Amino acid sequence: MIKINGENVENTKGKNVAQYLTENGYDIKRVAVELNGDILPKVEFNSTVLQDGDCVEIVSFVGGG
Amino acid sequence: MTKEEWFGALKRRHGADLQQKISSSSVAVCGLGGLGSNVAISLARSGVGKLILIDFDKVDLSNLHRQQYKISQLGMYKTEAMKQALSEIAPYCNVITHTIKLTEENLSLLADCNIVCECFDNAECKAMLVNGIAERYPNKYIVAASGMSGLHTGNTITTKKLGKWLYICGDGTSDVADDGTLFAPRVMLCAAHQANTILRIIAGKLDV
Repeated sequence: MIKINGENVENTKGKNVAQYLTENGYDIKRVAVELNGDILPKVEFNSTVLQDGDCVEIVSFVGGG
Repeated sequence: MTKEEWFGALKRRHGADLQQKISSSSVAVCGLGGLGSNVAISLARSGVGKLILIDFDKVDLSNLHRQQYKISQLGMYKTEAMKQALSEIAPYCNVITHTIKLTEENLSLLADCNIVCECFDNAECKAMLVNGIAERYPNKYIVAASGMSGLHTGNTITTKKLGKWLYICGDGTSDVADDGTLFAPRVMLCAAHQANTILRIIAGKLDV
């Protein structure tokens, strides 16, 4: 099972992070991704494949400041 | 007022040991709008030793509804206007200014600070800075903000921690593109979360 933003998510095993983000409507230019406790560098979004037991937090920034 | 009198007053308020930590800390405030102008003033008042202020913009009439500037500062660069304000509030704070747009190419401007505070208004710039710091300077703390627009309840503004080095303040969802505007107190709430988080990091209180 893969946990994303606190919820167990099905059918994500084997997908890379960029694929998951795109398929779920995230704008990659606005996100920061934490994978198992570390911020995942953007250059690794394509090469990082989601695996059983992964814990992912996705922050999608909104405008204003 | 002498430097000794200034530090003496801070030590009596905060305790000598903690004030020593605060006074020897260095924080970069990236963006001096509604968030950054409030964060900079809070940190200077608290006695942060060195503030690196970065913004490319000038003070505009449309800023005064939420940003800590005055009519007399219209047209000034925000870096210069904030440095002027801080000189009257915290004259012994070492204020370094960079009047420039911060991009992936000039993140080395942040090399000297312990903590980076993301105070931009544009969502892509926020993500650029957070990801850029995580990649270039993985052992710096970054305190970012996302979601403080509109007149929604103040009770949804919180601080979250991601991983070991990243803190994000705000409600996470209210986008100025949807709400149309920002209001001084709600932006200040978010800025206060950021400044408070920075002081807690300096004090070694790393939880949220």
